Amino acid sequence: MFKRLSLPDAPAQKTVIVYFDGRQVTAKDGDTIAAALLSAGVEVCRTTPVSGSPRGPYCMMGVCFECLVEVDNIPNVQGCQVLVKEGMQIRSQNGARRLG
Amino acid sequence: MTTHDLVILGSGPAGMAAAATAVAHGITAVVVDEQPAPGGQIYRSIESTPLKERRILGDDYWHGKELVDGLDDPRIDYRPGTTLWQLTRQLEVGLLQGEKASMVRARHVILAHGAMERPFPIPGWTLPGVMTAGSGQILLKSVGLVPSAPVVLAGCGPLLLLLAVQYLRAGIPIAALLDTTPAGQYRDALPLLPSALRNVRTLLKGVGLLAELRRAGVRHVRNVTALEAEGENRLKRVRWQCGNDPEWHCLTTPLLLLHQGVVPNTQVTRALDCAHDWDERQLAWQPRTDAWLATDVEGVAVAGDAGGIVGARASAMQGRLAGLGAAIALGRVSEDETREEVKRLRRDLAREAAIRPFLDVLYRPAAHWRLPEDDTLVCRCEEVTAGEIRRMAEQGCRGPNQTKSFTRCGMGPCQGRMCGLTVSELLADANGQSVAETGYYRLRPPFKPITLGQLATAAEDASE
Repeated sequence: MFKRLSLPDAPAQKTVIVYFDGRQVTAKDGDTIAAALLSAGVEVCRTTPVSGSPRGPYCMMGVCFECLVEVDNIPNVQGCQVLVKEGMQIRSQNGARRLG
Repeated sequence: MTTHDLVILGSGPAGMAAAATAVAHGITAVVVDEQPAPGGQIYRSIESTPLKERRILGDDYWHGKELVDGLDDPRIDYRPGTTLWQLTRQLEVGLLQGEKASMVRARHVILAHGAMERPFPIPGWTLPGVMTAGSGQILLKSVGLVPSAPVVLAGCGPLLLLLAVQYLRAGIPIAALLDTTPAGQYRDALPLLPSALRNVRTLLKGVGLLAELRRAGVRHVRNVTALEAEGENRLKRVRWQCGNDPEWHCLTTPLLLLHQGVVPNTQVTRALDCAHDWDERQLAWQPRTDAWLATDVEGVAVAGDAGGIVGARASAMQGRLAGLGAAIALGRVSEDETREEVKRLRRDLAREAAIRPFLDVLYRPAAHWRLPEDDTLVCRCEEVTAGEIRRMAEQGCRGPNQTKSFTRCGMGPCQGRMCGLTVSELLADANGQSVAETGYYRLRPPFKPITLGQLATAAEDASE
């Protein structure tokens, strides 16, 4: 649902490789996790604890908590607030978190 | 625990201006911001945006350059990527940067954390593919991500029109702009136009945006009175009705961007238990502040849209005022010495804010957009519908803390940010009481998720 605007005058940005549920995602330096997922065509980053309904990024500014993902084993990370890093392992959060 | 003279939350126009003013009076300021770069949402990514062609984002965006440059000052300890998870009435500030949490103490705090978009609960608003206009603009500014197929924009307010025009300038097709501004409000706002003329720059900008949309031949559907997002597990279609016409119109689209204005983000001021008032014109809560923008919690001021929607330029002016207030409170300057400067600031502020009543009346979301039908989800996190809130009211719930206990509404990860306004208004309506009487959620730290492991890294600071 999103694509990168092709801008001839934009400075070239370094490519950053991250993984979403094990799948390789090519992001750009400066992308937040949520932006990188959207640009790679990932629409769903979690399912809700209540009904299991699929959710994707909604507000992109840290308010809605819809883009919660697990990042390098840390759960409940707001994907729109954290920048991608080379090799980052991102996992979708399905249902409720377990303790421990 | 380290003590700082001044901690400013947010590096948008208000926070940046507050910091610049404070250091000009000999105060060192710590500026914390969740975002990786300064500018707030309005000047987001101004240093790194791939959209270098100034025409696309417009002059008002690039206006922020000077403020952002001002942050580069050795007397300002600017901490990007830093989350506020705690703030006490004793001005202890809990911060999280990466995996490291810390506690610092402040002598003075300026909250300049800005606004958020007003919740827009329509059927299907939780489907992937439904996002906000603000999110579309953030993706555009920060990384140049744009809709890959003709997009549907729906709602009302200046940001929606601005985004439409920015997309057009970037060559992005718009399938339709579904305008929910009630037809009668153009007439209602007219008497406020003469005083709005005091801020003619903003008024002309708005007129210009509408003209640009018209020239581009965008399908601008007016007086939309019902709106639904449809699809199985993701957005497929948008349906709408206009006026009293029972006919439904439909468009197939992978992306719907919603917007019905912005409201102060009161999460932190609420958790501090500052006094708040319900503003009937802006249909939002505002922390109560005095002429220096100080709240009723000693040492805490609120500047910019976090205290009531005023816009970017007025936010910077309020930031300056709050910065001066901090300098006076910390004894660096006397009220007398600032008299002329304050007089000038207040005059500029009054002129800048003169357009607000006009905009507030023109783009006031109609009651049915704020009080959705029974089947519509209100709490996205815990999936509570408007009907359940109404049933709770029938059973005697008078305020949102009661419905929270019974239904978990407002208890999910967003801590009520996305449902709070709607729930207060629904309960007020169902109980025949005012929103002020109905009240708001009682909020508690942590304001943002923090693991026990991260929290433990702050233990050393706190024990000193």
